[in-house]
Amino acid sequence: MRLEVEITGKTFKSAAGGMHEVLAPVKFALQSGEVGVLIGPSGCGKSTMLRIILGLDRDFDGHVARPPEARIGMVFQEPRLLPWRSVEQNVRLAAPDVTDAKLSELFKILELEAHRSHFPGELSLGLARRVALARAFAVEPDLLVLDEPLASLDDALAGRLRDEIATLVASRSVMTLLVTHSLDDAIRLGDRLFFLSPRPARIVQELPIEIPRAERSEAELARIRAKLAALPLESK
Amino acid sequence: MLRLLSIALLLAIWWTAALFVGGAKLPSPPAVLDVIVAEAASGALFLHLGATLARVALAFVLAMSLGSAIGYLMGRVKLADRLGDPWLILLLNLPALVVIVLAYIWAGLTEAAAIAAIAINKLPTAVVTLREGTRALDRSLDEMATVFAMPRWRAFRHVVLPQLAPYIAASARSGLSLVWKIVLVAELLGRPNGVGFEIGVAFQLFDTPRLLAYSLTFAAVVLVIETALVQPFEARATRWRPRAA
Repeated sequence: MRLEVEITGKTFKSAAGGMHEVLAPVKFALQSGEVGVLIGPSGCGKSTMLRIILGLDRDFDGHVARPPEARIGMVFQEPRLLPWRSVEQNVRLAAPDVTDAKLSELFKILELEAHRSHFPGELSLGLARRVALARAFAVEPDLLVLDEPLASLDDALAGRLRDEIATLVASRSVMTLLVTHSLDDAIRLGDRLFFLSPRPARIVQELPIEIPRAERSEAELARIRAKLAALPLESK
Repeated sequence: MLRLLSIALLLAIWWTAALFVGGAKLPSPPAVLDVIVAEAASGALFLHLGATLARVALAFVLAMSLGSAIGYLMGRVKLADRLGDPWLILLLNLPALVVIVLAYIWAGLTEAAAIAAIAINKLPTAVVTLREGTRALDRSLDEMATVFAMPRWRAFRHVVLPQLAPYIAASARSGLSLVWKIVLVAELLGRPNGVGFEIGVAFQLFDTPRLLAYSLTFAAVVLVIETALVQPFEARATRWRPRAA
């Protein structure tokens, strides 16, 4: 399976009537098993790009080729859970085909076993984010989209969740698109990094990381970091 | 407990007032109770109560289902809102009496005319409430449902309906009291039975005990419906909300 994104432009009309260019021409592709990372400054149009890729926004110039049968798992910036359904129901409603065994395994990995019957209003933000992750993985997606899934979590928890994401991504062949501010998340999880310019967003640098995720030692990560620091990027 | 105490206080005030005013104008609670018992024994009370309740139920269900559907449509589709809004304002400001009289003139003094007239009076408020509820729907949850490819019906049942439930409950509550007030006018003007008809008869005879007997019995029935049906529905629909301290 393959995701091809070729956006030639996206403008939107503000309430005042002016036209604003949100996206400049952007082109990239993603294969099954690959993790692509979009890195860019706040407000550069990353979320708009995701909405276009997900088919939520059809008002743009260009073309997005996504296999029509591809199942999508998404972690939004905010958890977007149904407050009136329990944690388990929230996951099952999005993924009706999930088996009990698979669900138990996911809840165990994400340490949600004790919260199955809780309502989202009773959860902390960190827990709610984990439920959103469980929901996205439960659908066994072909395309997994993570929009800053670790933002506003403390370092320890973010680190643990990052490892969990890596485990889950490795356990099946899935195209993953991660949006993040954090270079650290990007180099630990990504196979290909796309650095975006400020608005209107375009890809200013594409950086593949050849070493498989599991084999990236701290020394390797430091080397990649040094390499990144040498690049003249406006978006770092 | 506090509710009972409050009802007892109301009875006490009524009784005291009856002692001062006395007799035909304001009968005491036992006098009214005597009429209720006599009417119940003859079966007339249940006949009239039943007739009125059936009209309330039919008109209420008709107005709520139709009004909710139209309100949802107007909240979702801009064109429907534009087209329907002038009609809505017209209906909202049409006096109940005008609708009832016109319905009787156009459709005759029939059951269908009465029920339609009552339903038309309730319809616009249901539309307005549900339209507001639909406008307040959380778009981000709609997007979530779309991304996860939830089938239309599942998304409606689990994403949309729970958000509309408080609006439906509010509309049902205000609707019940509105319908119950209007049904009596419709019965008074053009039906041969029902609580409204009996109140018309009592008015012509200046029979205050009879008037109070019928209206209080019906008020009690409405109270039971409110506590037994509307409030539990509301509690269930909002049980996921964290409790206020």
